[in-house]
Amino acid sequence: MKVGILALQGDFEAHARVLERLGVGWSYVKRAEDLGGIDALILPGGESTTFLKFLEGNGFAEAVRQLPAQGKPLFGTCAGAILLAREVTHPPQPSLALVDVTIERNAYGRQMQSAVRRGRCALKGDPMEMVFIRAPVIRRVGSGVRVLGECEGLPVCVEQDNCLLATFHPELTRDTTLHEHFLCLAGKP
Amino acid sequence: MNFFSDELWRVKVGLAEMLKGGVIMDVTNAEQSVIAEKSGACAVMALERVPADIRKEGGVARMASPKIIREIMAAVTIPVMAKVRIGHFVEAQVLEALEVDFIDESEVLTPADEENHIWKHPFRVPFVCGCRDLGEALRRIAEGAALIRTKGEAGSGNVVEAVRHMRAIVGHLKRLTVMGKDELVQEAKRLGAPLELVEWVAERGKLPVPNFSAGGIATPADAALVMQLGAEAVFVGSGIFKSSDPERRARAIVQATTHYNDPKAVLAASAELGEAMKGLDVRQLDEKELLQTRGR
Repeated sequence: MKVGILALQGDFEAHARVLERLGVGWSYVKRAEDLGGIDALILPGGESTTFLKFLEGNGFAEAVRQLPAQGKPLFGTCAGAILLAREVTHPPQPSLALVDVTIERNAYGRQMQSAVRRGRCALKGDPMEMVFIRAPVIRRVGSGVRVLGECEGLPVCVEQDNCLLATFHPELTRDTTLHEHFLCLAGKP
Repeated sequence: MNFFSDELWRVKVGLAEMLKGGVIMDVTNAEQSVIAEKSGACAVMALERVPADIRKEGGVARMASPKIIREIMAAVTIPVMAKVRIGHFVEAQVLEALEVDFIDESEVLTPADEENHIWKHPFRVPFVCGCRDLGEALRRIAEGAALIRTKGEAGSGNVVEAVRHMRAIVGHLKRLTVMGKDELVQEAKRLGAPLELVEWVAERGKLPVPNFSAGGIATPADAALVMQLGAEAVFVGSGIFKSSDPERRARAIVQATTHYNDPKAVLAASAELGEAMKGLDVRQLDEKELLQTRGR
């Protein structure tokens, strides 16, 4: 199995370190051609406006959008989650629109409001450490979407079919629960 | 180091991680910040004058006026950084009260303290600091910098100093990895950095915070050069808004930074760019005209 990591900008390396720890092969994806040969794709944290500059044109965004239908799951964290959401606000911007949620950018505020918080995750008994950095907030959850994690009364991790979305950064903690769940979606035995 | 597991520290370095692979652009007003964001900048640096103008006009260069910084913060959704003078912890308190996302304790401004840098740990806002060598980088990290950038020579449009500083740091990191524990004690003394931090770095061959490049990057090829030398992102100061077509140049440098290992992509980014900023031969500058020697 090989997991692609979108490496246009952002904390793609942090995701690579997690996959290394889990013993899974990975490769960076910087253009549509790099999508061949991968079984799943991670969209990391970073700046979603920057990601969009690279995804627009050349059919790159469309090629990523087709992956779930080909049985290749997507996992977006923070900026990556913004790309997966059906609707983006504050301000509105284009997205891949694969998960039926409305997400508000920078909804906690600026860096001063970034923090390590503790939330609940349906995949784990104990509280989960969650790192929020200039994080977005999920304001609406569509009927076909399953909420997997909550923190301070807000949904922070959801999935729809084989797309997984977290508004925080599991890649910046030692907790590999969500990455392992994602690998299961990708068919890892 | 004892502070590496602190939650506040992790959140500060976390934001630095989010900037990797990107371009942070100097902007002097809201209009420029919008151009930067539209061009794919991952953050902007708000300041009153770009380094090339500070160099030309002289006088004391201070923190930008809060009015300008506020206007820039209102104009874009990407992180906004702003500069304070070396050692001017009250300018830093003011920027924290303003809630900028990152503070650059910068040699580009006129130093407020010629001995000491700011003790950065108590601030909730992360700091980036410049350095010319590994010792300087480690001292700044020990003081609480969550991100390191090479100083280069700001406002020169000449990449030579950025290259010198990146090579110095990356080369020294490599040498540390083959040193014995006994040698590291003297090495820490030579570096002027805490032994515990030197040991941490020697074991891993990398800094505990991201390492970006700044100071003289003017073309897409310059950006790709420092990235290939080991930079994890680039700051572009005067290079964009002192060129003949800032928007196009900004987009091109963003492309070249992401695709730094792909000469065809750097070629495509370099085509039809218009004039780069003129630039200075750093060798013709007097020692006292250098910005990089400010702070140690």
